[in-house]
Amino acid sequence: MTTTRRPRLNIGAVRSSFAPWADPTLQPLVRFDGVSKRFGAETAVNNVSLSIYESEFFALLGPSGCGKTTLMRLLAGFETPDAGRITLAGQDLAGMPPHRRPVNMMFQSYALFPHLSVEQNIGFGLKQQGMPKGQIADRVVEMLALVRLQGLARRKPHQLSGGQRQRVALARAIAPNPKMLLLDEPLAALDKKLREETQFELIALQQRLGMTFLIVTHDQEEAMVTADRIAVMREGQIVQIGRPAEVYETPNSRYVADFIGDVNLFEGAVTAADGKVVKMATADCPAGFEALEDDAVSVGSTAWLGVRPEKIELHLDPPKDGPNRLAGKVADYGYLGDWTTYVVELESGRTVRAARANASRLVARPIACDDAVWLTFAPDAAVVLTR
Amino acid sequence: MSAKPRGGLAALAPFLWLGVFFLFPFFLVAKLSLSDTALAMPPYAPRVDWSAGSEGVRAFFAALDFETYARLTSDSLYIASYLSSLRFAAVATGMLLIIGYPIAYGMSRFPPAQRQALLMAVILPFWTSFLIRVYAWIAVLKPQGLLNAALAQIGLGPLNLLNTDTAVYIGLVYAYLPFMVLPLYAVLEKQDQSQLEAAADLGCTPSQAFWRVTFPLSLPGVAAGALLCFIPMVGEFVIPDLLGGSGTLMLGKTIWAEFFANRDWPAASAVAIVLLATLVIPILLYQRQQQKMIEAAQ
Amino acid sequence: MKAPSAFNRVSVAAGLAFLYLPIILLVIYSFNASRLVTVWGGFSTKWYGALLQDDQLLDAIGVTLRVGLISATLATVLGVLAAVALVRSGRFKGRLLFSGMVFAPLVMPEVVLGLSLLLLFVAVGLPRGFWTVTVSHATVTLCYATVVIQARLVSFDKALEEAARDLGCTPVQAFFAVTLPNIAPAVAAAWMLAFTLSLDDLVIASFTSGPGATTLPMRIYSQVRLGVSPEINAVSTLLIGLVATGVIGVYLVQQRRARVADLGAG
Repeated sequence: MTTTRRPRLNIGAVRSSFAPWADPTLQPLVRFDGVSKRFGAETAVNNVSLSIYESEFFALLGPSGCGKTTLMRLLAGFETPDAGRITLAGQDLAGMPPHRRPVNMMFQSYALFPHLSVEQNIGFGLKQQGMPKGQIADRVVEMLALVRLQGLARRKPHQLSGGQRQRVALARAIAPNPKMLLLDEPLAALDKKLREETQFELIALQQRLGMTFLIVTHDQEEAMVTADRIAVMREGQIVQIGRPAEVYETPNSRYVADFIGDVNLFEGAVTAADGKVVKMATADCPAGFEALEDDAVSVGSTAWLGVRPEKIELHLDPPKDGPNRLAGKVADYGYLGDWTTYVVELESGRTVRAARANASRLVARPIACDDAVWLTFAPDAAVVLTR
Repeated sequence: MSAKPRGGLAALAPFLWLGVFFLFPFFLVAKLSLSDTALAMPPYAPRVDWSAGSEGVRAFFAALDFETYARLTSDSLYIASYLSSLRFAAVATGMLLIIGYPIAYGMSRFPPAQRQALLMAVILPFWTSFLIRVYAWIAVLKPQGLLNAALAQIGLGPLNLLNTDTAVYIGLVYAYLPFMVLPLYAVLEKQDQSQLEAAADLGCTPSQAFWRVTFPLSLPGVAAGALLCFIPMVGEFVIPDLLGGSGTLMLGKTIWAEFFANRDWPAASAVAIVLLATLVIPILLYQRQQQKMIEAAQ
Repeated sequence: MKAPSAFNRVSVAAGLAFLYLPIILLVIYSFNASRLVTVWGGFSTKWYGALLQDDQLLDAIGVTLRVGLISATLATVLGVLAAVALVRSGRFKGRLLFSGMVFAPLVMPEVVLGLSLLLLFVAVGLPRGFWTVTVSHATVTLCYATVVIQARLVSFDKALEEAARDLGCTPVQAFFAVTLPNIAPAVAAAWMLAFTLSLDDLVIASFTSGPGATTLPMRIYSQVRLGVSPEINAVSTLLIGLVATGVIGVYLVQQRRARVADLGAG
């Protein structure tokens, strides 16, 4: 690899200085322009426009059937768009068959060739490129070292563990040095512990290579941990694109707020909005809701207040009256080890979820079902959603 | 799926092959069945006179008639052989189900490693010559054969089985048993053991669990096995010819006799067309069944 | 999993006995010194010796083997193409007709197939003989070959082909580099099935063969009509032995391969 690579301070953290999408002078590496794809009556991808930049780790996130895999397969060349244009490094990909596209894919099933050994699998694409034998061998050794599989070169895929297969698939896709690596649910087949480890390995690998990664996943945690930017998809369309923290903290719709993480949504009428603070009337709190929101919201319209459970404070003694104050009783709770989630039933009958970190092993005043509790949250903890 | 239907391209060769050697010949059979019996050897009247253009084609069609079919329906021998073919096939299919089901079911209860060996044991006779397997029964069934020798040992017999309908049934059941057992086994083997445990848990005795869970689930296999046996049995030739008597009437034998003995090709063709017309619905059913199973696998 | 019950065991044992007893008796009596079926005249291999003197029979064996080799190879090549078309191409024009043509000969009565092929050869004025039998067998066994290969292709992970395409293969290259090596056992099985079916066939060969191209089953049939004879027992035993050895051999190799795969995975 001769590409210059950008140093990163710590793995898994947001690369706050890395934001090529914010630079209008940069050309994106990949560009989807109004791309649509139908299968029969079903529209899998509906008028999607999207730009992905060099060296970016980009995630397509959504529930199964939202079109994210189709979008990736359109880029790999396994599907042909019904409308729109896809360009890679300025070149229109229309009509270019998969074997001529300078992108490689890591398949969800890994798709390792069962009749070939690990080294033959990794060397497959290189041989196809017409690389001389000696160079292939060198490159395969390099790849084996990269994914830490030295010594397994002669094994057949069925002699490997799930995690090892995953790494062979990765090495095979990286070996031809594609302009972009496509990863289709790369970690879905691994168990939870291995999946978490591998997430960080993927990030480290992507940084070392400086390669552009596009990952398709239905696992929000996977997308949040690995990606520079996430595109949340729904029914063939992209509903929001942003850094993981942006998508989580400032979702642009109830769908995104609900899909990524847990959220309590309160419906109410907007009573005041000055460009900084939005006030809403609600039956659950006499003093109403207040939230920091600089987007324009029209007074009198219906809006939803989204509050994440971990941003709600739980009180056993009544706090002083004011906005963002709810009273109820504990209907249920779940102990998760690191957190405890409480389901609080308000007087109106609706339930609210609040989470508390279990900061110490012993709790001075344990909370039980039917205990009267009060919930409060700060104006900057809530987000106003208009759709 | 790639953009171009490249599979269609690959299909071209076998498609052409089957078109020429399978589909087209049926039109010839149909045509011949409508031709005149008078000319028993080729060329048959009528032939298309291509030089006369559309006139020739019209003349060709005008000369075709149902004379041969009229002859078939007026001859009680043909009707008897038609009905007797259906009876043989239907009764033998029933017998095969009764005999084959316990075998397939029994096989599916063995541990997987032994199951593989049993499956092999059932398939092996299918690989050995059909003719030889039918022939083997002659030595067993003939009047001074092995069966009567064995019966004589215990003071029974002798039974005159060879050249009777009973021998034909034995032959049909014997030869088609693997075709019945395999589809049944395929569905029975796939059954999830926990379904039976669930049935037991919900209060079924083992036999109730069988009739309420296992058997309904195995119906696709029953259908596949029954069709797979019934269809070719209707047209069977070797078994009635070698094991049956002169009074054993089956369409396969009739076609063979019309063709080889009587040299009446139009009659043989007409019987073949009648046979096909009879089997077309079972064949379509069988195809749909296969298609469904393939789609389920996909 | 519970052990099979006594009923299960008896059903299976009785079924297998029914399937094998006549064949075993035939094999035993091929070594009978006496010409009479029911009289055991001591062990002898004289009927096998007699086979070697029978030029007509040896001729028929030669014809049968050549027909089998050529027709099975033709059928397998066409069967691979047909199976790929059926499994991989989704919907194409005439698909229903095509799959119909592939499945129908499996259940079509042989007399009808034989008659229709004969009429074709007569219509185009092709003299009947070696090649007409070979083509006829290829046509019928092609369908069996297709079904066997199709069954394997259906369970073949399509992502493997896509991966090959992604790594720079054209569709044809992907087929030869990845698909074919992986379906090879099914292709071999299809060939064997086609070969044995050709070896076995009496009815279609009787219709489509001509002078000088008498196959072994035709020869056996003409003898069998005259009654049970020890020579036929002997040639049948040889045929059964040949096929059984081949089939069991393939089965054992596959079993071993499966065990090795299990060990490797475990």
